Amino acid sequence: MYPIKDVVDLNDEVVRMVVEAPAISKKVKPGQFIMLRIDEQGERIPLTVNDANPEQGTITLVFQKVGATTRQMGMMTAGQSIRDVAGPLGKPTDFSGAHHVCVIGGGLGTAIAYPQAKWLHDHHIPVDVITGFRTEDLIILADEVSQVCDTSIVMTDDGSNGHKGLVTAALQERIDAGAAYDLVVAVGPLIMMKFVAKTTAPYHIKTLVSMNPLMIDGTGMCGGCRVRVGDHYLHACIDGPDFDGHQVDFDEAMRRSTQYRSFERQAEDHRCRLLDQLETVGEGR
Amino acid sequence: MSMHTSDQSQHTVAQGNVASAQAVAQTSKGTPRTGKRVINRQKEKTPMAEQNPATRTGNFREVGLGYTLEQARHEASRCLQCKNAPCVGGCPVGVNIPRFLKLLAEGSPIDAYLSVKETNALPAICGRVCPQETQCEGVCRRGRAGEPVAIGRLERFVADWGAAHRAQVVARRKELAQSDTRADEVTDSICEGNTDTLHSRNACRDLSSCRVALVGSGPASLTCAGELARAGVQATVFEALHTAGGVLSYGIPEFRLPKDLVAREISYIKDQGVTFEFNAVVGKLYDVDELLGSMGFDAIFIGTGAGVPRYLGIPGEGLNGVSVANELLERVNLMKAYRFPDYATPVYAGSHCVVVGGGNVAMDAARTARRLGSDVTVVYRRGREEMPARDEEIRHAEQEGITFDLLNNPTRAIDDGNGWISELECIRMELGEPDASGRRRPQPIAGSEHRMPCDMLISAIGSRINPLVPQTVAGLEVTDRGAIVADEQTGATSVPGVYAGGDDVSGAATVILAMGAGKRSAHAIIDYLSRG
Repeated sequence: MYPIKDVVDLNDEVVRMVVEAPAISKKVKPGQFIMLRIDEQGERIPLTVNDANPEQGTITLVFQKVGATTRQMGMMTAGQSIRDVAGPLGKPTDFSGAHHVCVIGGGLGTAIAYPQAKWLHDHHIPVDVITGFRTEDLIILADEVSQVCDTSIVMTDDGSNGHKGLVTAALQERIDAGAAYDLVVAVGPLIMMKFVAKTTAPYHIKTLVSMNPLMIDGTGMCGGCRVRVGDHYLHACIDGPDFDGHQVDFDEAMRRSTQYRSFERQAEDHRCRLLDQLETVGEGR
Repeated sequence: MSMHTSDQSQHTVAQGNVASAQAVAQTSKGTPRTGKRVINRQKEKTPMAEQNPATRTGNFREVGLGYTLEQARHEASRCLQCKNAPCVGGCPVGVNIPRFLKLLAEGSPIDAYLSVKETNALPAICGRVCPQETQCEGVCRRGRAGEPVAIGRLERFVADWGAAHRAQVVARRKELAQSDTRADEVTDSICEGNTDTLHSRNACRDLSSCRVALVGSGPASLTCAGELARAGVQATVFEALHTAGGVLSYGIPEFRLPKDLVAREISYIKDQGVTFEFNAVVGKLYDVDELLGSMGFDAIFIGTGAGVPRYLGIPGEGLNGVSVANELLERVNLMKAYRFPDYATPVYAGSHCVVVGGGNVAMDAARTARRLGSDVTVVYRRGREEMPARDEEIRHAEQEGITFDLLNNPTRAIDDGNGWISELECIRMELGEPDASGRRRPQPIAGSEHRMPCDMLISAIGSRINPLVPQTVAGLEVTDRGAIVADEQTGATSVPGVYAGGDDVSGAATVILAMGAGKRSAHAIIDYLSRG
């Protein structure tokens, strides 16, 4: 059992959860993820680790309430426990040789971009962070991010924060302004990562993207997380989750990510019904 | 008659019952050990009841229903008690088969169970999934004229009997420990030719301060851990997943190996003092160096299997509805997706499911998809004779309405226009000259391309060794294909104190071979620890 120490809503959709996992907290590096299972009936889902505190033996997870499991997690509170947390999985982000890095986070991806920027900042490697959100109300971790980078740019699709546009526009602007990035790390929706990779390709800037495909075991066995990279398939769980953004077949990855979508709704409805029943029982008492 | 199935052997079964009834009469007269044995001359195996195919494709319950005590004694009395016991040599863990069959035939199923447990930590599992036809039963003298003794079914029977009569087992074990005449007789004969066990026992007093870490909790590690614990060693199993058993839990389906039974066998290993740590991904959470260093383990056994899937490498493999057997099997077995939405993991097997491959995993995937409601076709590039799957699995699959399209090989998955597979293009094959494996090499027949409907394509064409652990052990020698290089007899690797066995050494093989390797390694580890 992995006790939940703290739960904070970052906005209506995104939750930050601190979980006690001492061994993982000592080992996890930026870019790595964990697999969790809420309870005996739960599914295993991968979540990239946002932060870790080895002294307190905790890891921080930031997730969006989009599926049956994450919605249920969103209702959990400090004092409750998560049945299983396995990790750290995947390879840490490879920053080797980087002298000037741009880290890009889209929406929830900001939570994963954060530890990367933090690591770079801690290691005195110049790092800019560009984050993008649909609207100002959805902006998360702005203060945290601004403390671990040289320049922080926050974009919104609707311009509600005064910076209208996509992260790719901001990236292009930085490149045009002469920022000599030798590494771009993008974490966010597949479509965003695809266009970040397209933006950097003409400049031959090494671009790492963090893939988050379907996964069952997270240890290389199920093949669900295979991503076409160049001419072959690699497993996000053991070969990734970071891959060369100029080699990833994003269109295939986007299509494959929808495979179980219809089931997700069904699972969610089922869990909601169960919770309704529980609440009804509770009220009855 | 208590036979559940109609069978051509009904007549001989009836005759056999008389024989075993005589044997019962003898034991009840107080001449249990010396009385003349009556051999059941029935030529065929006593049939074992099974769920009928129409019913079982609608559920995930076990297919085989097991013997009754009467049937088991009757079948056990077919054993000739050969002096040289070829069956024992045919068993990778060396179960004293004639001994347990004799005890069973005499009407002592508890003693038979204890006898099996002396050499086999997982009899309920082996009795179900071992390829007995190529091992113990393959060399059984009775097989020369008729069918061999149904050793697998009988091992299963005694294991299930032991589980259902725990109090008696515990009492009998206590009784045996107090060395009455019969106990000596039982233990003496068990220990004959099994000096390893004796050795372990003698050494155990010195070993109680030793700690061994086992990586992975599949059949190799479980067996190794059980043997080590019996020798008094403190054994800790590190499992990456949330449950123990490895392939027994995530791979082999419920209908062939019920998961509560796997849990039961593992609970006995826990009772021996073996501890388990779950969600412990060695190579990530703990390094092998760390286990041997700061974590204070004296030796390591790596039994991480060969779980990484191979892909077909055909165009269209990236379409939705194309997956590998492991994904389907993990969803259903590990995550219980067949009980969705009570269990949160969903599973999809399509309406026209094509499984590619001819091994046991292909049969498991096909039969699982069938139970999820698909029309299933198995496509295999060689013929029926060349299929590596057990005959029993192929027969069960056929009974369940699975179509076999042999000498056929997929060449392309076809898009329905929305990114999902809708058809599979295949090419006919013919068999040419034998290849390195001794099987005739399949060759495509030019111009024989054809299409079949397919909205779910599952490949089950073998697996590779998981590099996760081996690649994190400094100095560990591996082969070109990633297998850990380990001594066949001891499992010793290129790193002192690090042992390995099972599929991560041999490549994908069987549960029992992994168990055999685990057992040999346990004895080598005990030697290593004893040397200090």
